[in-house]
Amino acid sequence: MIQGRTWLFKRKPTIIASAAVGGPMEAKGPLADDFDLLHGDLWFGQDSFEKAEKKLLEEATERAIHKANLRKEDIQFFLSGDLMNQVITSSFTARTLGIPYLGIFGACSTSMQGLALASVLVDAGFAKYVLSATSSHNAAAEKQYRYPTEYGSQKPPTAQWTVTGAGAAVVAPTGEGPRVTAATIGRIVDLGVSDPFNMGAAMAPAAVDTIQTHFHDLQLSSSAYDLVLTGDLGQVGYTLAHDLLEEQNFRFPKGCYADCGLMIYHPDQPVFSGGSGAGCSATVVFGHIMNRMRRGELKKVLVVATGALLSPISYQQKESIPCIAHAVALEAGGDEKQ
Amino acid sequence: MSDKKKKKLTPIQQQYQDFALKREPKRQLLKNCLYAFFVGGGICLVGQGITQFYIHFFDFNEKTAGNPTSATLIFLSVIMTGLGFYDHIAQKAGAGTLIPVTGFANAMSSAAIEHRSEGYVLGVGGNMFKLAGSVIVFGVFSAFVIALIKVIFTKYLGGF
Repeated sequence: MIQGRTWLFKRKPTIIASAAVGGPMEAKGPLADDFDLLHGDLWFGQDSFEKAEKKLLEEATERAIHKANLRKEDIQFFLSGDLMNQVITSSFTARTLGIPYLGIFGACSTSMQGLALASVLVDAGFAKYVLSATSSHNAAAEKQYRYPTEYGSQKPPTAQWTVTGAGAAVVAPTGEGPRVTAATIGRIVDLGVSDPFNMGAAMAPAAVDTIQTHFHDLQLSSSAYDLVLTGDLGQVGYTLAHDLLEEQNFRFPKGCYADCGLMIYHPDQPVFSGGSGAGCSATVVFGHIMNRMRRGELKKVLVVATGALLSPISYQQKESIPCIAHAVALEAGGDEKQ
Repeated sequence: MSDKKKKKLTPIQQQYQDFALKREPKRQLLKNCLYAFFVGGGICLVGQGITQFYIHFFDFNEKTAGNPTSATLIFLSVIMTGLGFYDHIAQKAGAGTLIPVTGFANAMSSAAIEHRSEGYVLGVGGNMFKLAGSVIVFGVFSAFVIALIKVIFTKYLGGF
């Protein structure tokens, strides 16, 4: 069913299992316990950062499948995307898995883009088990989007730190676990910010647009969710999104609005404005948030994953940054409790 | 932002940019300047020490000691880049580590290290000058222009 720009899932597809894998910076962060696997260095025993990211995604997907008590052959579709050119991480992981695969790209919003599409497939009866995953790797992303990792450039306080991490979730029609109730697909919002070291400010209006649309489409009050979670706005974007919403008289109850990019690291870690990257919302949601929902600490959560859809070339050609945000509404599973 | 760029924005975009600018954490200009001054100065001090070392212990004079000093600083910078802490110093020091010859060495070696995974020819060779290339191009060109001006002034106009 569709209401405005929002899909409502009749069968409420279940996230029967999810997994999160992280790197060294994430291991030092406050959410370290919620990762299934953490690595001590950025190489993971590989000889390039690109291969390291592939390993990261492979580990996350294998763990999610394993935790769902399934075999690779049981998964019917694999939806995945990442930040690398031509989504190579995802495609190479799909080569390893051998599951029918759809590569997707939504930059840092890929986590919820994938989860929303997986839920559509399952809800419509086109698939029984769909695996949705995404990853990012700090050094691989720096190499592609910015400067060599060891290059001594000074970053401004508005810059963000790309998360080294991968998250994966297995979506099924029934089972135990958090359920996907609705998803709002974002539209491109570009308010002319062109500084790739200030992506929080670029993405905040996109997050606000999707949040407002979601609440409007479903006629919800601002206290409808226990937690509204943006993907990777960081301190700069988080404040901006909050102030933009407040200008429209839209206020979340205290403590009910958070950002994955701020949750994943301690404030004293050298991450500037906060975490970013496709792995940011993926690891926080598929690790930390899923665990809290399974424990019953959170009942209803709205995840608004934000993406900055720029390329190194578009930025050098002085284009502004087109941004997007996809929202997915999650509800704690009822099967085992009611 | 420049005025030229501002003109291309729609009123809504302009309004948002002002809104965002008000909430943006500012670069700590004074602190950055002081760091740049002292770290950059420190590198020069080390360079001076190396020059004295070469003059004192080897057969160099003030003019000829420049080359081995640069080579030593480049060597140290490349080692520090390879060991992975030049970029951490640079985050604090900014221009202090960028301007001296160590910054140039870092730009080349970091690019070479980064693209090692694509092989020696297409990776290291092809990308080594990715960042340093424009410094060389415009450095050589501006040197040529300055030399031309010098020649015109001294040879044809008799100098001042």
